Amino acid sequence: MNEPTKQLKDWPLWEVFVRSKQGLEHKHCGSLHAADARQALDMARDVYTRRQEGVSIWVVQSSQIVANRPDEKEELFEPSADKIYRHPTFYDIPEEVGHM
Amino acid sequence: MDRTPYLLHLADNALILGQRNAEWCGHGPVLEEDIALANMSLDLIGQARLLYQEVAKDRGQDCTEDSLAYFRDTAAFRNYTLLELPHSSPVVGYGHAEPDYGVTIVRNFLYSALMVLVWEALQQSKDKTLAAIAEKSFKETRYHLRHSRDWLVRLGDGTDESHRRMQEAVDYLYGFTQEFWTRHPVEEEAVQAGIGVDVSGLRVDWDEIVDSALAEATLRKPAEGGYVSQGKFGHHSEHLDYVLHEMQSLARAHPGATW
Repeated sequence: MNEPTKQLKDWPLWEVFVRSKQGLEHKHCGSLHAADARQALDMARDVYTRRQEGVSIWVVQSSQIVANRPDEKEELFEPSADKIYRHPTFYDIPEEVGHM
Repeated sequence: MDRTPYLLHLADNALILGQRNAEWCGHGPVLEEDIALANMSLDLIGQARLLYQEVAKDRGQDCTEDSLAYFRDTAAFRNYTLLELPHSSPVVGYGHAEPDYGVTIVRNFLYSALMVLVWEALQQSKDKTLAAIAEKSFKETRYHLRHSRDWLVRLGDGTDESHRRMQEAVDYLYGFTQEFWTRHPVEEEAVQAGIGVDVSGLRVDWDEIVDSALAEATLRKPAEGGYVSQGKFGHHSEHLDYVLHEMQSLARAHPGATW
């Protein structure tokens, strides 16, 4: 992954995750093409943090992300649709617990 | 002492390179670089604005940052000649010049390698405002150096063609850096007053930055000698006229216009 790709047309796609000042987690904010990881970080800085969005950047090659198949949607996600009791909305959360 | 000539030299450097690099806006080799170059242009124009505002404060009357940028003529500008050259090799006629990203990168590298040292030193300036501007600019310029050095190495140590073009750009531009080290009364006066930095004293550190990057990029450092440009004395190449014409024409056609 650290060996730069020389031909522009072969530059791999990278997914960019940025953690904002207020945010606790990195959020996916887009993608870009870059020759290697270091360049992807610099380009992410230039493309996605121009408006003070970020304090930390992650990049990962898009090809490294494993995703479920769209046609698995029914079996994966629909079973949870009728189980509203899994949402903690039936409890009062004491103030001192703070952010959950 | 009158600090304005010294501030103008720093400001003109930033403005002219900012304007030059902005020419890539919408024409960058890849989208990400297009945005990166525009970001750096805005950093440079921001540095110029802060410095011009200081000059305007000192000069008073109707002097403003805009009058300094848009209503001075070529001979009044005090930027290094290096910064006004087009983004193309020396033998190409101006009108037909294809911009060459190698020239852009080498110029940004040679200049930001100097300016990280200048801004770092100017943080100790007795002029508190200038020290504050230096602190902000130092951070920006560190990124400019990181960006241009990264591309210098990638392209220098890249394909046969990118290597050849980078070497050509280095051979073309390197001689213009001799102007950095020549003495100018305005700089000497600023150094004596504790406001400015003795640029010739930064030579050793600059060489170190440049030598290590060129070596990593498998590029050869050209021999010195020949013509020493004198942009900071107000003796410019013909290219500055074109830069200024493009940059100033709108403000001159519609003086005082607002939106």
